[in-house]
Amino acid sequence: MNLIQLSPLDLGLAALLVLALAGISWPLGLELGNRLLVAALRTTVQLALVGLVLKALFAHVDLGWVALMSLFMLAVAGWEVMARQQRRFTGWWGYGLGTLSMFVSSFAVAILALTAIIGPEPWYTPQYAVPLLGMLLGNTMNGIALSVDRLTEGAWQQRASIEGRLMLGQDWRQAVADLRRSSVRSGMIPIVNAMAAAGVVSLPGMMTGQILAGAPPMEAVKYQILIMFLISAGSGFGTVAAVWLAARRLFDERMRLRLDRLR
Amino acid sequence: MDPGGPKTTDSANKLQVENLRSRGLGPVSFELRGGECMCVSGESGAGKSLLLRALADLDPYQGRVMLDGVACASFAATEWRKRVGLLVPESAWWADRVGAHFTTVDDTLLVDVGLGPEVADWSVARLSSGERQRLALVRLLCNQPGVLLLDEPTANLDPKNVERVEALVARQQREHGTAVLWVSHDPAQVERVSSRQLRLTGGRLEGWTAS
Repeated sequence: MNLIQLSPLDLGLAALLVLALAGISWPLGLELGNRLLVAALRTTVQLALVGLVLKALFAHVDLGWVALMSLFMLAVAGWEVMARQQRRFTGWWGYGLGTLSMFVSSFAVAILALTAIIGPEPWYTPQYAVPLLGMLLGNTMNGIALSVDRLTEGAWQQRASIEGRLMLGQDWRQAVADLRRSSVRSGMIPIVNAMAAAGVVSLPGMMTGQILAGAPPMEAVKYQILIMFLISAGSGFGTVAAVWLAARRLFDERMRLRLDRLR
Repeated sequence: MDPGGPKTTDSANKLQVENLRSRGLGPVSFELRGGECMCVSGESGAGKSLLLRALADLDPYQGRVMLDGVACASFAATEWRKRVGLLVPESAWWADRVGAHFTTVDDTLLVDVGLGPEVADWSVARLSSGERQRLALVRLLCNQPGVLLLDEPTANLDPKNVERVEALVARQQREHGTAVLWVSHDPAQVERVSSRQLRLTGGRLEGWTAS
């Protein structure tokens, strides 16, 4: 490994750039200076903490700790999905819908990849398990947040035509079919685009990281391809599950459109 | 015109409503016989549309609604809405072509509202508000509902078409024993089409009138 170590001074120099950006935001009237500095500070503190946690995790390889870390990541991702909804479901569903869908898809794909494809020994080796799950959760989170937001917002706006179809005796599935399709599509398009543009427009982050760390480019490429496939499966299945659950929740047992379940 | 018409059997298409309550509505109780037309009047916000939505099972409610003695909950929701058809003032159209909104088209119904079979190929965007309203009625009648819930079905129509719609509804009552609940703001129309009236004030039933 020919990894060049970064000194605090190196990071300080980069931080000066952010300070300079915050500096010009004041005369430009962007009103972003404070938020930029707070965000930069959060990045530093959060990543430093994760570094410490990972260091401890790598030192004591234990399924319990890995599982705890995974559940923590899931809990935060679930929160993030909920926070990004314009009109989220009331009660437990607001949080549970995205969290459950992410749990089912991301964890299943991660465990499959760890046990059947990558095969570290033991399979929950945190060096593999944690970054893999992190990438899966991050992308699935985006897909679910986008698609469920589209579904609930669409149901709100298209209330007249959804109820118009119900009034004619259509099933709730027929009444919401078009919206459900377009919602799933909107959640899956980012990953489809990312795969289509990978390597041509930008070098994917993980591959770049491995190359910087000294891995042979072709090895890094193989890992990146694997990750792209896993991410598209994870976020795709997660999106489908979340939209299906959410669409079901929009209707009650008498097939009434229940917008009062949103807020 | 006598929309009350000759009675079919007394039990067919009988809508019974007992202590119906939903948010901002009720309790409301009444009975509507097959072949009968009852008008619902009341100021805006009095709960007329809420009443019709609850009867079509689009809003949750308490109380009992029965069709020919069978409770609404005993029907599949889709079946109930085919039998108890609701026509709203602003009809919804979700496909580009008119024909895509119909499973079966009864051409005679189109002629009855002053249109022809060619409208199936028309684009929805081209329809006037009056054409939409008449087509929405035809679309609903293609389900052959036993009970019609009409929410201002002639609001956007010229006098000629008002007459057509009134005649078409009257014929449904006469020939199929359809029961009709008609929300109207026009006293002359109420007088023409209905045999009884129901007045709602603040979500409550204020009175009955037999005309």
